[in-house]
Amino acid sequence: MHSNTYTIVFMSIITILLGSFLSVANGTLKDIQDLNIENDSKKNILLSLGYYQDPADPWTSDDIKKIFDNNIDSYLLDINGNRINRDPQSVESNINEKSFPIYVDHEDGIVKGYAIPISGKGLWSTLYGFFAIEPDGLTAKGITFYAHKETPGLGGEVDKKWFQDNFSGKRFINDNGDLVGIKVIKGKADPMSMYEVDGISGATVTSKGLEKFLVNDLKKYETFFKNIREG
Amino acid sequence: MAIFDKKSKEALADPLMKNNPISLQVLGICSALAVTVQLNTAVVMTLAVVSVLSVSNTVISILRSMIPGKVRIIVQLSIIASLVILTDQILQAYMYDISKQLSVFVSLIITNCIVMGRAEAFAMQNTPGKSFLDGLGNGLGYGGILISVAFFRELLGSGSVYGYQVVPDSFYAAGYQNMGLMVLSPGAFIILGLIVWAHRIASGVEEE
Repeated sequence: MHSNTYTIVFMSIITILLGSFLSVANGTLKDIQDLNIENDSKKNILLSLGYYQDPADPWTSDDIKKIFDNNIDSYLLDINGNRINRDPQSVESNINEKSFPIYVDHEDGIVKGYAIPISGKGLWSTLYGFFAIEPDGLTAKGITFYAHKETPGLGGEVDKKWFQDNFSGKRFINDNGDLVGIKVIKGKADPMSMYEVDGISGATVTSKGLEKFLVNDLKKYETFFKNIREG
Repeated sequence: MAIFDKKSKEALADPLMKNNPISLQVLGICSALAVTVQLNTAVVMTLAVVSVLSVSNTVISILRSMIPGKVRIIVQLSIIASLVILTDQILQAYMYDISKQLSVFVSLIITNCIVMGRAEAFAMQNTPGKSFLDGLGNGLGYGGILISVAFFRELLGSGSVYGYQVVPDSFYAAGYQNMGLMVLSPGAFIILGLIVWAHRIASGVEEE
């Protein structure tokens, strides 16, 4: 039987050893992990804008960097929709409420689409993704989610192709020019409606959450897109 | 072979078939259901569990005479937890996409009954060499089942094996459909149940 002093000393040594072991490991791997996260977010921006990735031959991190640097212009907007010349990577959008990152897809000077970050509560977790908008400023181009902890098979379906494909071509601005967002309908959406998409059965809370935070995030960019719509 | 005495051989081979942690002891089911939709996640999960289990068994066995009995579970847990966090970090750095798919299930290796169970039941009483083999054997026994479940789920649920499509397009054209059930957790339960059943018939084990 070991004494109490022995136990305390032993535990302290174990704690210090394991703690330093983990911090060294974390310090060594941090850079490469951060790069992965950055690439993943760039990849999702590209996917939301409709860039096609061959599933049999996925993009390498160099491919992602190349496509992104060649086609995407990223900058920040202030609340009035004016451009601020700063790299979006330097700002955490949820901390700094006054500037909003936007990613503009362009080719030969012609804008092909805009992507904005979206995030908000689903059922269990915060969902993070990107929402892409056509150059007309009122039609959805695509949507992606890169992080969430919703139930696989239910709310987790938000990262599936069938659900995301629902969004392209839908409108979030009605004929009067008001921001109405895109409704996620329980069951099948009316195929004639421009403002609705099919919901996920068994995931009403996730669907409603998505609907709500999509509108909220779009509001932040409304002045910017309004200017675009009005030319 | 003189390298392995009888006990070491048993430590390695028993959990593969005769005393498999999943199909006979029914431990570690949670992750076996969650990560077996596709083979590649199952294989990575197997590698993660094999490395955590064999290293944790070895380390705990080396320390076994020094670990105070009163706090032994805490010591085992901190060692296992550190190894799991390290594994998770390595996956996030070098296999980012797979680590995203495995999500919480890598961290949940900490609470996998097999890891704690082997530390407490084997590594605390045996030498490091034997404990390493025991960890390896149990990890592979777990992984073997995981990979078989994933093989059937991916084949029946997605028509592919390890990401390669094996069900020819002509089958789909003729009206064949992937079995959606296999992609969801109940599919894993059914496959796992069949494997446990087959295994028990083959090995002649009977519940009391």
